[in-house]
Amino acid sequence: MNKRTLAALVLLGASPLFTAARAEPVTETLEIDGEAMITEAPAPKDPPGHPFDVVKSGWLYREPDTRAMEADSFENPGMLNVEHGEEVWNTVEGEAGKSCASCHGDAAETMKGVGASYPKWNAKAGKPFDIELQINACRTAQMKAEPYKFDARDQVDLTAYIKHQSLGIPVKIDLSAGDMMSWWQTGKDRYYLRTGQLNFACASCHEKNSGNYLRADHLSQGNSNGFPTYRLKQSNLVSLHNRFRGCVRDTRAEPPKAFSDELMALEVYVAWRGEGLSIETPAVRQ
Amino acid sequence: MNRAFKRSLVLIAVFAGAPATAETAPGEVTIDDMAVAQPVTAAAGDAINGRKVFADRGLGNCLACHVNSDLKNEQFQGTVGPALDGVADRWEAAQLRAIVVDAKKVFGPETMMPGFYSLDVGVDVAEEFKDKTILSAGDVEDVVAYLTTLKGE
Repeated sequence: MNKRTLAALVLLGASPLFTAARAEPVTETLEIDGEAMITEAPAPKDPPGHPFDVVKSGWLYREPDTRAMEADSFENPGMLNVEHGEEVWNTVEGEAGKSCASCHGDAAETMKGVGASYPKWNAKAGKPFDIELQINACRTAQMKAEPYKFDARDQVDLTAYIKHQSLGIPVKIDLSAGDMMSWWQTGKDRYYLRTGQLNFACASCHEKNSGNYLRADHLSQGNSNGFPTYRLKQSNLVSLHNRFRGCVRDTRAEPPKAFSDELMALEVYVAWRGEGLSIETPAVRQ
Repeated sequence: MNRAFKRSLVLIAVFAGAPATAETAPGEVTIDDMAVAQPVTAAAGDAINGRKVFADRGLGNCLACHVNSDLKNEQFQGTVGPALDGVADRWEAAQLRAIVVDAKKVFGPETMMPGFYSLDVGVDVAEEFKDKTILSAGDVEDVVAYLTTLKGE
């Protein structure tokens, strides 16, 4: 019997009225429109020190109806955003008279696997780029268009469209490029940094208590493979940095700015923690 | 806020003629041997209000992490901390007070439980919560009074 099972039994014994309270994530398999997703994978071994043996998708922690919603792309409300993202992909903007498609053609071919390899070292900027920063770099340099403001609808939907082209492909980022390892380390420090009046770190919920319930929320491992993700609580497709900021704000702290060095480092580290899991964008969560 | 200034605030409160609500400032509370023997405010704890503070999501929000069958009408009780049924059989009032004031001084720095009457908190505290405790001294005593009623599993 592992420690967690034991802890669950102790809890159940102490509270007969709430026998269903503590629950392991389900062991079901996720197929999206018939295509199998990897929702459990051996934790990455390099660099060493991953806290889990097995990394698990947040999908496994959700209620049956939420899980079903993600498994059927007609039911998944985030697919409307992906469809809008496709329109954005094909829309000419900026003084250069280009769309994404002008250079990148058919995203189903050219973007397949790309989303699974981000964030990625950008030598010119001297920092890791996520899809959002890469889109803005393209818009500025290639399209001669204005960069998107954080969480502009087009930014979130286009990011989701690009990531969706990697649906099912496991997350794998290149930590050997440039200075990625120092960003990984900074992100790790941030992951364990306690913030705010409530004094919680990311790890407080998503590592030490993943599997427990925080009120109605079955705490997952906090992996990023489903972002941007359709969040039922917000009735909206939500970007990763929006959720980072929301989590930090919930600790009663002032969150770092979106795409700040702090949150880019955190994105690198969190992506690594979930390596091996399929991209599920747009995932459906609570 | 420095210690001298905090002290002067306490003095102001005392001289303003409100000795009945004289409070111990968060930095002045001593946790000895997992217990806070002295109440943090002179007014006696009110268990009925304590039950409200316990359940209130903007105050104690205790059900976020703890099961408590005394509030079984409240749905979705958390499992991060232990169930609190019969908690008064397991802990003295002074120990419960210490746990509520600053659980990290009782269970160690790794516990998730926030210090509800402590300014020893995380970094980057949002402006509206700066230099403030999660609960007031009165709320702490009310919650402690309520917890001492949770007897018999």
